[in-house]
Amino acid sequence: MVSATATATNGNGHENGVGDGVVIDCRIENLYYGDFHAVRDTHVPIRKGTITAFIGPSGCGKSTALRCVNRMNDLVRGFRFSGHVHFRGQDIYGRSIDPVAVRRSIGMVFQQPNPFAMSIYRNVAFGLRLNRFKGDVDEQVERALRGAALWDEVKDKLSASGLSLSGGQQQRLCIARAIATEPEVLLMDEPCSALDPIATRRIEELMLELKERFTIAIVTHNLQQAARVADWTGFMMVDTSRGGRTGYLVEFEETKKLFDEPAEDLTREYLQGEFS
Amino acid sequence: MIPPEGIGAARRGATGDPPRIDVPDLERSLKNVRTLFSALMSVVTVTASVVALYPLFSVLYLLIVRGGRRLGLSLFTELPPGAGMIGGGIGNAIVGTLVTVGLAAVLAVPFGILAAIYLAEYGDGSRVAGVVRFSAKVLTGMPSILTGVFAYAAVVVVTGSFSAVAGAVALSILVLPIVMLTAEEAIRMVPHKMKEAAIGMGATDTQTTLRVTLPTAMPAILTGVMLSLSRAMGETAPLLFTALFSDFWFEGGLGEPIATLAVLIYNFSGSPFDNQIDLAWAASLVLVAIVLVINLAGQALTKRPERR
Repeated sequence: MVSATATATNGNGHENGVGDGVVIDCRIENLYYGDFHAVRDTHVPIRKGTITAFIGPSGCGKSTALRCVNRMNDLVRGFRFSGHVHFRGQDIYGRSIDPVAVRRSIGMVFQQPNPFAMSIYRNVAFGLRLNRFKGDVDEQVERALRGAALWDEVKDKLSASGLSLSGGQQQRLCIARAIATEPEVLLMDEPCSALDPIATRRIEELMLELKERFTIAIVTHNLQQAARVADWTGFMMVDTSRGGRTGYLVEFEETKKLFDEPAEDLTREYLQGEFS
Repeated sequence: MIPPEGIGAARRGATGDPPRIDVPDLERSLKNVRTLFSALMSVVTVTASVVALYPLFSVLYLLIVRGGRRLGLSLFTELPPGAGMIGGGIGNAIVGTLVTVGLAAVLAVPFGILAAIYLAEYGDGSRVAGVVRFSAKVLTGMPSILTGVFAYAAVVVVTGSFSAVAGAVALSILVLPIVMLTAEEAIRMVPHKMKEAAIGMGATDTQTTLRVTLPTAMPAILTGVMLSLSRAMGETAPLLFTALFSDFWFEGGLGEPIATLAVLIYNFSGSPFDNQIDLAWAASLVLVAIVLVINLAGQALTKRPERR
Protein backbone atom coordinates (compact mmCIF):
# COMPACT_ATOMS: atom_id res chain seq x y z
CA MET A 1 0.00 0.00 0.00
CA VAL A 2 2.77 2.37 0.85
CA SER A 3 4.72 1.92 -2.35
CA ALA A 4 1.69 3.08 -4.32
CA THR A 5 1.62 6.40 -2.49
CA ALA A 6 5.37 6.56 -2.79
CA THR A 7 5.36 6.62 -6.55
CA ALA A 8 2.44 8.98 -6.54
CA THR A 9 4.25 11.49 -4.32
CA ASN A 10 7.51 11.04 -6.19
CA GLY A 11 5.86 11.98 -9.44
CA ASN A 12 9.19 11.52 -11.15
CA GLY A 13 8.23 9.23 -13.98
CA HIS A 14 10.97 6.78 -13.06
CA GLU A 15 8.88 4.57 -10.82
CA ASN A 16 11.07 1.52 -10.98
CA GLY A 17 14.23 3.35 -11.64
CA VAL A 18 15.93 0.16 -12.69
CA GLY A 19 17.54 0.29 -16.08
CA ASP A 20 19.28 3.37 -17.43
CA GLY A 21 22.39 2.79 -15.33
CA VAL A 22 20.85 2.58 -11.87
CA VAL A 23 23.45 1.19 -9.45
CA ILE A 24 21.42 1.58 -6.29
CA ASP A 25 17.69 1.52 -6.09
CA CYS A 26 16.76 2.78 -2.65
CA ARG A 27 13.12 2.40 -1.72
CA ILE A 28 12.30 3.25 1.87
CA GLU A 29 8.69 2.47 2.72
CA ASN A 30 8.87 3.08 6.43
CA LEU A 31 11.83 3.67 8.70
CA TYR A 32 11.63 3.81 12.48
CA TYR A 33 14.05 4.57 15.29
CA GLY A 34 12.23 2.87 18.15
CA ASP A 35 8.78 4.49 18.16
CA PHE A 36 9.91 7.43 16.10
CA HIS A 37 8.70 7.25 12.51
CA ALA A 38 11.66 8.93 10.82
CA VAL A 39 11.15 8.45 7.08
CA ARG A 40 8.43 7.15 4.79
CA ASP A 41 7.81 6.74 1.08
CA THR A 42 11.18 7.68 -0.25
CA HIS A 43 12.31 6.15 -3.50
CA VAL A 44 15.61 7.28 -4.93
CA PRO A 45 17.44 5.61 -7.81
CA ILE A 46 21.15 6.37 -7.88
CA ARG A 47 22.68 6.21 -11.32
CA LYS A 48 26.18 5.18 -12.25
CA GLY A 49 28.72 7.94 -12.75
CA THR A 50 26.42 10.68 -11.52
CA ILE A 51 26.05 12.77 -8.41
CA THR A 52 22.71 12.45 -6.66
CA ALA A 53 21.86 15.07 -4.05
CA PHE A 54 19.35 14.98 -1.21
CA ILE A 55 18.10 18.41 -0.18
CA GLY A 56 15.49 19.55 2.29
CA PRO A 57 15.01 21.27 5.64
CA SER A 58 16.64 20.08 8.87
CA GLY A 59 15.15 16.92 10.27
CA CYS A 60 13.58 15.81 7.01
CA GLY A 61 15.43 12.51 7.14
CA LYS A 62 17.82 13.07 4.27
CA SER A 63 20.86 11.88 6.26
CA THR A 64 18.83 8.97 7.57
CA ALA A 65 17.89 7.99 4.04
CA LEU A 66 21.51 8.21 2.93
CA ARG A 67 22.71 6.12 5.86
CA CYS A 68 20.29 3.41 4.85
CA VAL A 69 22.23 2.89 1.67
CA ASN A 70 25.27 1.37 3.40
CA ARG A 71 23.50 0.13 6.50
CA MET A 72 25.03 2.68 8.87
CA ASN A 73 21.64 2.88 10.56
CA ASP A 74 22.24 -0.62 11.88
CA LEU A 75 24.33 1.06 14.59
CA VAL A 76 21.30 2.90 15.92
CA ARG A 77 19.38 1.06 18.59
CA GLY A 78 15.75 0.47 17.69
CA PHE A 79 16.27 0.90 13.95
CA ARG A 80 13.56 -0.79 11.83
CA PHE A 81 13.13 -0.57 8.11
CA SER A 82 10.70 -1.75 5.48
CA GLY A 83 11.36 -1.43 1.82
CA HIS A 84 14.50 -2.39 -0.02
CA VAL A 85 17.85 -1.09 -1.15
CA HIS A 86 18.94 -2.88 -4.28
CA PHE A 87 22.63 -2.68 -5.07
CA ARG A 88 23.43 -4.35 -8.37
CA GLY A 89 20.32 -6.46 -8.08
CA GLN A 90 20.90 -7.66 -4.51
CA ASP A 91 18.84 -6.40 -1.61
CA ILE A 92 21.44 -5.23 0.90
CA TYR A 93 18.89 -5.74 3.67
CA GLY A 94 18.51 -9.37 2.63
CA ARG A 95 18.97 -12.04 5.26
CA SER A 96 22.17 -13.46 3.86
CA ILE A 97 23.87 -10.09 3.39
CA ASP A 98 26.87 -9.12 5.52
CA PRO A 99 26.64 -5.37 6.27
CA VAL A 100 30.43 -5.25 6.53
CA ALA A 101 30.75 -6.38 2.91
CA VAL A 102 28.14 -3.82 1.86
CA ARG A 103 30.12 -0.99 3.47
CA ARG A 104 33.28 -2.07 1.68
CA SER A 105 31.52 -1.52 -1.66
CA ILE A 106 29.63 1.59 -0.58
CA GLY A 107 31.96 4.00 1.20
CA MET A 108 31.00 6.95 3.32
CA VAL A 109 32.30 10.43 4.11
CA PHE A 110 30.81 12.02 7.20
CA GLN A 111 29.64 15.49 8.17
CA GLN A 112 32.45 16.09 10.66
CA PRO A 113 35.91 15.27 9.34
CA ASN A 114 36.84 12.17 11.32
CA PRO A 115 40.40 11.06 10.62
CA PHE A 116 41.81 8.44 12.95
CA ALA A 117 44.38 9.45 15.56
CA MET A 118 47.19 8.01 13.44
CA SER A 119 49.46 9.21 10.66
CA ILE A 120 48.16 10.51 7.34
CA TYR A 121 49.64 7.49 5.61
CA ARG A 122 48.06 5.02 7.97
CA ASN A 123 44.71 6.78 7.74
CA VAL A 124 44.63 6.19 4.00
CA ALA A 125 46.10 2.70 4.23
CA PHE A 126 43.57 1.72 6.88
CA GLY A 127 40.95 0.39 4.49
CA LEU A 128 43.59 -1.34 2.38
CA ARG A 129 44.78 -3.23 5.42
CA LEU A 130 41.23 -4.19 6.33
CA ASN A 131 40.85 -5.68 2.88
CA ARG A 132 44.27 -7.37 2.99
CA PHE A 133 45.21 -5.41 -0.10
CA LYS A 134 47.83 -7.35 -2.04
CA GLY A 135 49.22 -4.64 -4.31
CA ASP A 136 51.61 -1.81 -3.63
CA VAL A 137 50.21 0.01 -0.61
CA ASP A 138 52.46 3.06 -1.08
CA GLU A 139 51.29 3.49 -4.63
CA GLN A 140 47.63 3.10 -3.73
CA VAL A 141 47.95 5.61 -0.87
CA GLU A 142 49.52 8.13 -3.23
CA ARG A 143 46.82 7.49 -5.82
CA ALA A 144 44.07 8.04 -3.26
CA LEU A 145 45.67 11.21 -1.92
CA ARG A 146 46.09 12.54 -5.46
CA GLY A 147 42.48 11.60 -6.15
CA ALA A 148 41.43 13.64 -3.14
CA ALA A 149 43.59 16.60 -4.29
CA LEU A 150 45.61 16.41 -1.10
CA TRP A 151 48.87 14.83 -2.26
CA ASP A 152 50.81 18.04 -2.92
CA GLU A 153 49.99 19.39 0.52
CA VAL A 154 50.92 16.30 2.50
CA LYS A 155 53.50 14.40 0.47
CA ASP A 156 56.33 15.63 2.71
CA LYS A 157 54.61 14.81 5.96
CA LEU A 158 52.87 11.50 5.48
CA SER A 159 53.91 10.41 8.96
CA ALA A 160 52.33 13.45 10.64
CA SER A 161 49.10 12.88 12.51
CA GLY A 162 45.93 13.14 10.46
CA LEU A 163 44.56 15.34 13.22
CA SER A 164 47.28 17.95 12.61
CA LEU A 165 45.68 18.98 9.30
CA SER A 166 43.20 21.82 8.84
CA GLY A 167 39.48 21.07 8.70
CA GLY A 168 39.30 21.13 4.91
CA GLN A 169 42.41 19.00 4.60
CA GLN A 170 41.03 16.54 7.14
CA GLN A 171 37.87 16.17 5.09
CA ARG A 172 39.91 15.55 1.94
CA LEU A 173 41.94 13.03 3.93
CA CYS A 174 38.68 11.28 4.81
CA ILE A 175 37.73 11.27 1.13
CA ALA A 176 41.14 9.83 0.27
CA ARG A 177 40.65 7.18 2.94
CA ALA A 178 37.24 6.32 1.53
CA ILE A 179 38.37 6.09 -2.12
CA ALA A 180 41.59 4.20 -1.38
CA THR A 181 39.70 0.92 -1.38
CA GLU A 182 37.92 1.94 -4.60
CA PRO A 183 34.34 1.46 -3.51
CA GLU A 184 31.76 1.60 -6.25
CA VAL A 185 29.61 4.19 -4.54
CA LEU A 186 30.59 7.05 -2.27
CA LEU A 187 28.03 8.47 0.15
CA MET A 188 28.71 11.94 1.51
CA ASP A 189 26.69 13.19 4.44
CA GLU A 190 26.92 17.00 4.39
CA PRO A 191 30.65 16.81 3.71
CA CYS A 192 31.10 20.59 3.63
CA SER A 193 28.95 21.74 6.51
CA ALA A 194 31.95 22.04 8.84
CA LEU A 195 34.12 23.81 6.25
CA ASP A 196 34.68 27.37 5.10
CA PRO A 197 33.65 28.49 1.58
CA ILE A 198 37.10 27.98 0.05
CA ALA A 199 37.46 24.48 1.40
CA THR A 200 33.87 23.80 0.32
CA ARG A 201 34.69 24.88 -3.21
CA ARG A 202 37.63 22.50 -3.34
CA ILE A 203 35.54 19.58 -2.17
CA GLU A 204 32.91 20.41 -4.79
CA GLU A 205 35.51 20.47 -7.56
CA LEU A 206 36.79 17.20 -6.19
CA MET A 207 33.34 15.62 -6.33
CA LEU A 208 33.00 16.58 -10.00
CA GLU A 209 36.36 14.93 -10.71
CA LEU A 210 35.53 11.84 -8.69
CA LYS A 211 32.20 11.13 -10.33
CA GLU A 212 34.10 9.82 -13.34
CA ARG A 213 35.31 6.94 -11.19
CA PHE A 214 32.74 6.67 -8.43
CA THR A 215 29.02 7.05 -8.20
CA ILE A 216 28.28 9.70 -5.60
CA ALA A 217 25.28 10.44 -3.40
CA ILE A 218 25.42 13.53 -1.25
CA VAL A 219 23.27 15.12 1.44
CA THR A 220 23.50 18.87 1.59
CA HIS A 221 21.88 21.82 3.34
CA ASN A 222 23.19 24.09 0.69
CA LEU A 223 20.85 24.44 -2.28
CA GLN A 224 23.50 26.12 -4.42
CA GLN A 225 25.79 23.22 -3.76
CA ALA A 226 23.22 20.77 -5.07
CA ALA A 227 22.65 23.00 -8.09
CA ARG A 228 26.39 23.21 -8.76
CA VAL A 229 27.38 19.58 -8.46
CA ALA A 230 24.39 17.25 -8.66
CA ASP A 231 23.01 15.61 -11.77
CA TRP A 232 19.92 14.37 -9.96
CA THR A 233 18.29 15.89 -6.91
CA GLY A 234 15.73 14.60 -4.46
CA PHE A 235 13.81 17.09 -2.34
CA MET A 236 12.65 15.80 1.03
CA MET A 237 10.21 17.41 3.44
CA VAL A 238 8.93 16.86 6.96
CA ASP A 239 5.37 15.71 7.48
CA THR A 240 4.06 16.84 10.86
CA SER A 241 0.41 16.09 10.08
CA ARG A 242 0.33 12.82 12.02
CA GLY A 243 1.82 14.34 15.12
CA GLY A 244 5.35 13.13 14.45
CA ARG A 245 8.12 14.48 12.30
CA THR A 246 8.29 12.05 9.45
CA GLY A 247 10.43 12.82 6.45
CA TYR A 248 9.39 11.87 2.92
CA LEU A 249 10.49 12.47 -0.62
CA VAL A 250 8.51 15.18 -2.34
CA GLU A 251 10.16 15.12 -5.71
CA PHE A 252 13.07 13.47 -7.46
CA GLU A 253 14.20 14.89 -10.76
CA GLU A 254 17.17 15.91 -12.83
CA THR A 255 18.74 18.83 -10.97
CA LYS A 256 18.20 21.41 -13.67
CA LYS A 257 14.57 20.48 -14.09
CA LEU A 258 13.96 20.40 -10.35
CA PHE A 259 15.41 23.84 -9.86
CA ASP A 260 13.94 25.44 -12.98
CA GLU A 261 10.49 23.97 -13.16
CA PRO A 262 9.63 21.89 -10.10
CA ALA A 263 6.53 19.75 -10.44
CA GLU A 264 5.43 20.19 -6.85
CA ASP A 265 4.37 23.44 -5.18
CA LEU A 266 6.23 22.45 -2.02
CA THR A 267 9.48 22.21 -3.93
CA ARG A 268 9.02 25.59 -5.54
CA GLU A 269 8.19 27.23 -2.21
CA TYR A 270 11.24 25.68 -0.60
CA LEU A 271 13.55 26.71 -3.42
CA GLN A 272 12.20 30.25 -3.29
CA GLY A 273 12.94 30.34 0.40
CA GLU A 274 9.35 30.67 1.56
CA PHE A 275 10.11 28.41 4.51
CA SER A 276 13.25 26.85 5.82
CA MET B 1 30.64 50.45 23.02
CA ILE B 2 28.74 53.72 22.94
CA PRO B 3 31.05 56.69 22.36
CA PRO B 4 30.86 59.21 25.24
CA GLU B 5 29.84 62.06 22.97
CA GLY B 6 26.87 59.92 21.87
CA ILE B 7 25.56 59.74 25.41
CA GLY B 8 26.32 63.38 25.98
CA ALA B 9 24.59 64.37 22.80
CA ALA B 10 21.55 62.38 23.77
CA ARG B 11 21.43 64.02 27.17
CA ARG B 12 21.86 67.47 25.75
CA GLY B 13 19.14 66.85 23.24
CA ALA B 14 16.78 65.57 25.91
CA THR B 15 17.32 68.13 28.67
CA GLY B 16 19.24 70.98 27.19
CA ASP B 17 21.80 70.80 30.05
CA PRO B 18 25.50 71.17 29.30
CA PRO B 19 27.19 67.79 28.60
CA ARG B 20 27.95 65.87 31.77
CA ILE B 21 29.82 62.62 31.65
CA ASP B 22 29.95 60.32 34.65
CA VAL B 23 33.25 58.50 34.77
CA PRO B 24 32.81 55.33 36.80
CA ASP B 25 35.50 54.59 39.34
CA LEU B 26 37.44 51.71 37.80
CA GLU B 27 40.30 51.56 40.28
CA ARG B 28 40.73 48.47 42.37
CA SER B 29 40.20 49.25 46.00
CA LEU B 30 40.37 47.02 49.04
CA LYS B 31 37.65 49.11 50.64
CA ASN B 32 35.16 47.36 48.42
CA VAL B 33 33.80 44.35 50.35
CA ARG B 34 33.81 42.07 47.34
CA THR B 35 37.39 42.91 46.42
CA LEU B 36 38.45 42.34 49.99
CA PHE B 37 36.65 39.00 50.15
CA SER B 38 38.17 37.93 46.85
CA ALA B 39 41.69 38.79 48.03
CA LEU B 40 41.09 37.00 51.31
CA MET B 41 39.87 33.86 49.56
CA SER B 42 42.91 33.89 47.28
CA VAL B 43 45.13 33.87 50.35
CA VAL B 44 43.10 31.04 51.91
CA THR B 45 43.26 28.83 48.82
CA VAL B 46 47.00 29.36 48.40
CA THR B 47 47.55 28.54 52.08
CA ALA B 48 45.43 25.41 51.82
CA SER B 49 47.40 24.10 48.87
CA VAL B 50 50.72 24.82 50.57
CA VAL B 51 49.53 23.07 53.75
CA ALA B 52 48.39 20.10 51.67
CA LEU B 53 51.86 19.82 50.17
CA TYR B 54 53.60 20.09 53.53
CA PRO B 55 53.20 16.43 54.60
CA LEU B 56 54.40 15.24 51.21
CA PHE B 57 57.54 17.31 51.35
CA SER B 58 58.26 16.53 54.98
CA VAL B 59 57.99 12.79 54.24
CA LEU B 60 60.23 13.18 51.21
CA TYR B 61 62.70 15.19 53.26
CA LEU B 62 62.90 12.56 55.98
CA LEU B 63 63.21 9.78 53.42
CA ILE B 64 66.06 11.51 51.65
CA VAL B 65 67.88 12.45 54.85
CA ARG B 66 67.47 9.14 56.67
CA GLY B 67 67.20 6.78 53.72
CA GLY B 68 69.91 8.53 51.74
CA ARG B 69 72.55 7.45 54.28
CA ARG B 70 72.51 3.88 53.09
CA LEU B 71 72.26 4.71 49.41
CA GLY B 72 75.06 2.88 47.67
CA LEU B 73 75.82 -0.07 45.45
CA SER B 74 75.61 -2.60 48.28
CA LEU B 75 72.02 -1.55 48.95
CA PHE B 76 71.05 -2.99 45.57
CA THR B 77 73.37 -5.98 45.42
CA GLU B 78 73.26 -7.51 48.89
CA LEU B 79 70.75 -9.51 50.86
CA PRO B 80 69.05 -8.19 54.01
CA PRO B 81 71.16 -8.66 57.14
CA GLY B 82 70.01 -10.81 60.03
CA ALA B 83 69.43 -9.55 63.55
CA GLY B 84 72.47 -7.78 64.98
CA MET B 85 74.49 -8.01 61.78
CA ILE B 86 75.99 -5.00 60.03
CA GLY B 87 75.87 -3.98 56.34
CA GLY B 88 73.63 -5.77 53.89
CA GLY B 89 71.16 -4.50 51.32
CA ILE B 90 67.66 -4.90 49.97
CA GLY B 91 68.44 -6.27 46.51
CA ASN B 92 66.17 -9.28 46.75
CA ALA B 93 63.23 -7.15 47.94
CA ILE B 94 63.57 -4.77 44.97
CA VAL B 95 63.58 -7.72 42.57
CA GLY B 96 60.74 -9.34 44.49
CA THR B 97 58.55 -6.24 44.37
CA LEU B 98 59.05 -5.94 40.62
CA VAL B 99 58.31 -9.65 40.12
CA THR B 100 55.20 -9.67 42.31
CA VAL B 101 53.74 -6.47 40.88
CA GLY B 102 54.68 -7.52 37.34
CA LEU B 103 52.92 -10.83 37.82
CA ALA B 104 49.89 -9.04 39.25
CA ALA B 105 49.87 -6.84 36.14
CA VAL B 106 50.03 -9.89 33.87
CA LEU B 107 47.03 -11.33 35.69
CA ALA B 108 44.93 -8.18 35.97
CA VAL B 109 45.68 -5.92 33.00
CA PRO B 110 44.52 -8.07 30.05
CA PHE B 111 41.53 -9.13 32.09
CA GLY B 112 40.66 -5.55 33.01
CA ILE B 113 41.03 -4.18 29.48
CA LEU B 114 38.93 -6.95 27.95
CA ALA B 115 36.23 -6.42 30.56
CA ALA B 116 36.37 -2.67 29.89
CA ILE B 117 35.86 -3.26 26.17
CA TYR B 118 32.75 -5.22 27.01
CA LEU B 119 31.47 -2.58 29.43
CA ALA B 120 32.07 0.35 27.10
CA GLU B 121 31.34 -1.12 23.68
CA TYR B 122 29.24 -4.22 23.66
CA GLY B 123 27.44 -4.64 26.95
CA ASP B 124 26.57 -1.01 27.45
CA GLY B 125 23.15 -0.71 29.04
CA SER B 126 22.85 -4.45 29.67
CA ARG B 127 22.15 -5.94 33.07
CA VAL B 128 25.42 -7.82 33.15
CA ALA B 129 27.39 -4.64 32.49
CA GLY B 130 25.54 -2.82 35.24
CA VAL B 131 26.27 -5.54 37.79
CA VAL B 132 29.91 -5.81 36.73
CA ARG B 133 30.47 -2.06 36.88
CA PHE B 134 28.85 -1.81 40.29
CA SER B 135 30.93 -4.72 41.62
CA ALA B 136 34.11 -3.15 40.28
CA LYS B 137 33.30 0.08 42.09
CA VAL B 138 32.70 -1.82 45.32
CA LEU B 139 35.95 -3.68 44.80
CA THR B 140 37.95 -0.43 44.49
CA GLY B 141 36.83 0.49 47.99
CA MET B 142 37.65 -2.89 49.48
CA PRO B 143 40.20 -2.82 52.33
CA SER B 144 43.40 -4.28 50.96
CA ILE B 145 43.83 -6.68 53.87
CA LEU B 146 40.70 -8.49 52.73
CA THR B 147 42.23 -9.26 49.35
CA GLY B 148 45.16 -10.71 51.28
CA VAL B 149 42.82 -12.89 53.31
CA PHE B 150 41.08 -13.99 50.14
CA ALA B 151 44.34 -14.88 48.39
CA TYR B 152 45.46 -16.71 51.54
CA ALA B 153 42.32 -18.84 51.45
CA ALA B 154 42.23 -19.28 47.69
CA VAL B 155 45.92 -19.84 46.95
CA VAL B 156 48.02 -20.35 50.08
CA VAL B 157 45.70 -22.83 51.76
CA VAL B 158 44.99 -24.67 48.53
CA THR B 159 48.61 -24.97 47.40
CA GLY B 160 49.88 -25.39 50.92
CA SER B 161 52.56 -22.75 50.66
CA PHE B 162 53.14 -19.00 50.80
CA SER B 163 54.19 -17.89 47.35
CA ALA B 164 54.88 -15.07 44.92
CA VAL B 165 51.81 -16.20 42.98
CA ALA B 166 49.60 -15.80 46.06
CA GLY B 167 50.97 -12.28 46.56
CA ALA B 168 50.39 -11.45 42.93
CA VAL B 169 46.82 -12.74 43.09
CA ALA B 170 46.13 -10.55 46.12
CA LEU B 171 47.58 -7.48 44.37
CA SER B 172 45.81 -8.24 41.10
CA ILE B 173 42.47 -8.06 42.90
CA LEU B 174 43.39 -4.53 43.94
CA VAL B 175 44.60 -3.59 40.47
CA LEU B 176 41.81 -5.16 38.42
CA PRO B 177 38.89 -2.83 39.22
CA ILE B 178 41.01 0.30 38.81
CA VAL B 179 42.29 -0.85 35.42
CA MET B 180 38.81 -1.87 34.40
CA LEU B 181 37.12 1.40 35.32
CA THR B 182 39.83 3.70 33.95
CA ALA B 183 40.04 1.68 30.74
CA GLU B 184 36.26 1.82 30.34
CA GLU B 185 36.40 5.58 30.75
CA ALA B 186 39.27 5.82 28.27
CA ILE B 187 37.40 3.76 25.68
CA ARG B 188 34.31 5.89 26.12
CA MET B 189 36.38 9.00 25.46
CA VAL B 190 37.24 7.82 21.94
CA PRO B 191 35.06 10.02 19.71
CA HIS B 192 32.11 8.16 18.30
CA LYS B 193 32.82 9.64 14.88
CA MET B 194 36.11 7.74 14.71
CA LYS B 195 34.40 4.41 15.31
CA GLU B 196 31.76 5.42 12.78
CA ALA B 197 34.47 6.13 10.23
CA ALA B 198 35.91 2.66 10.69
CA ILE B 199 32.54 0.96 10.49
CA GLY B 200 31.63 3.07 7.47
CA MET B 201 34.68 1.70 5.69
CA GLY B 202 33.61 -1.85 6.26
CA ALA B 203 35.59 -2.66 9.38
CA THR B 204 34.12 -5.43 11.50
CA ASP B 205 33.46 -4.81 15.20
CA THR B 206 36.69 -6.59 16.05
CA GLN B 207 38.72 -4.58 13.57
CA THR B 208 37.17 -1.34 14.80
CA THR B 209 38.01 -2.17 18.40
CA LEU B 210 41.52 -3.45 17.77
CA ARG B 211 42.67 -0.96 15.15
CA VAL B 212 40.87 2.24 16.05
CA THR B 213 39.32 2.28 19.50
CA LEU B 214 42.07 0.59 21.52
CA PRO B 215 45.04 2.40 19.91
CA THR B 216 43.26 5.73 20.40
CA ALA B 217 42.41 4.96 24.01
CA MET B 218 45.75 3.30 24.81
CA PRO B 219 47.60 6.27 26.37
CA ALA B 220 44.77 6.84 28.82
CA ILE B 221 44.47 3.12 29.53
CA LEU B 222 48.20 2.88 30.25
CA THR B 223 47.98 5.81 32.63
CA GLY B 224 45.36 3.92 34.61
CA VAL B 225 47.53 0.82 34.58
CA MET B 226 50.56 2.76 35.82
CA LEU B 227 48.65 4.46 38.60
CA SER B 228 47.10 1.24 39.83
CA LEU B 229 50.42 -0.61 39.71
CA SER B 230 52.20 2.11 41.64
CA ARG B 231 49.49 1.88 44.25
CA ALA B 232 49.84 -1.90 44.41
CA MET B 233 53.59 -1.54 44.83
CA GLY B 234 53.16 0.13 48.21
CA GLU B 235 50.61 -2.33 49.57
CA THR B 236 51.82 -4.35 52.53
CA ALA B 237 48.71 -5.90 54.02
CA PRO B 238 47.83 -8.18 51.08
CA LEU B 239 51.40 -9.53 51.00
CA LEU B 240 51.91 -10.27 54.69
CA PHE B 241 50.28 -13.66 54.63
CA THR B 242 50.54 -14.44 50.93
CA ALA B 243 54.01 -13.66 49.59
CA LEU B 244 55.40 -13.60 53.16
CA PHE B 245 59.12 -12.80 52.93
CA SER B 246 62.34 -14.44 51.93
CA ASP B 247 65.90 -13.82 52.94
CA PHE B 248 67.18 -15.17 49.67
CA TRP B 249 67.36 -14.08 46.06
CA PHE B 250 64.47 -14.77 43.73
CA GLU B 251 65.50 -17.66 41.53
CA GLY B 252 62.42 -18.13 39.43
CA GLY B 253 60.40 -19.97 42.05
CA LEU B 254 57.01 -18.33 41.75
CA GLY B 255 55.60 -21.00 44.04
CA GLU B 256 57.88 -19.98 46.90
CA PRO B 257 57.73 -17.07 49.33
CA ILE B 258 59.30 -13.91 47.96
CA ALA B 259 60.79 -10.77 49.49
CA THR B 260 59.11 -7.43 48.78
CA LEU B 261 60.02 -3.86 49.70
CA ALA B 262 56.73 -3.25 51.46
CA VAL B 263 57.07 -6.25 53.77
CA LEU B 264 60.76 -5.53 54.34
CA ILE B 265 59.88 -2.02 55.49
CA TYR B 266 57.18 -3.43 57.75
CA ASN B 267 59.53 -6.02 59.30
CA PHE B 268 62.59 -3.83 59.70
CA SER B 269 60.96 -0.63 60.87
CA GLY B 270 59.88 -2.38 64.08
CA SER B 271 63.29 -3.91 64.59
CA PRO B 272 65.42 -3.05 67.64
CA PHE B 273 68.56 -2.96 65.49
CA ASP B 274 69.71 0.36 64.01
CA ASN B 275 71.13 -1.35 60.94
CA GLN B 276 67.74 -2.81 60.01
CA ILE B 277 65.94 0.45 60.79
CA ASP B 278 68.32 2.31 58.48
CA LEU B 279 67.63 -0.22 55.75
CA ALA B 280 63.87 0.26 56.23
CA TRP B 281 64.37 3.98 55.56
CA ALA B 282 66.50 3.25 52.51
CA ALA B 283 63.92 0.75 51.23
CA SER B 284 61.19 3.39 51.64
CA LEU B 285 63.22 5.84 49.59
CA VAL B 286 63.74 3.26 46.85
CA LEU B 287 60.04 2.38 46.84
CA VAL B 288 59.02 6.02 46.53
CA ALA B 289 61.55 6.49 43.73
CA ILE B 290 60.16 3.52 41.80
CA VAL B 291 56.59 4.76 42.24
CA LEU B 292 57.64 8.23 41.13
CA VAL B 293 59.29 6.89 37.99
CA ILE B 294 56.19 4.87 37.13
CA ASN B 295 53.93 7.87 37.65
CA LEU B 296 56.13 10.09 35.51
CA ALA B 297 56.11 7.45 32.79
CA GLY B 298 52.33 7.35 33.00
CA GLN B 299 52.09 11.11 32.63
CA ALA B 300 54.49 11.15 29.72
CA LEU B 301 52.18 8.70 27.95
CA THR B 302 49.13 10.97 28.26
CA LYS B 303 50.97 14.08 27.17
CA ARG B 304 51.25 12.87 23.60
CA PRO B 305 47.83 11.49 22.86
CA GLU B 306 47.63 12.43 19.17
CA ARG B 307 50.92 10.88 18.15
CA ARG B 308 51.07 7.53 16.50
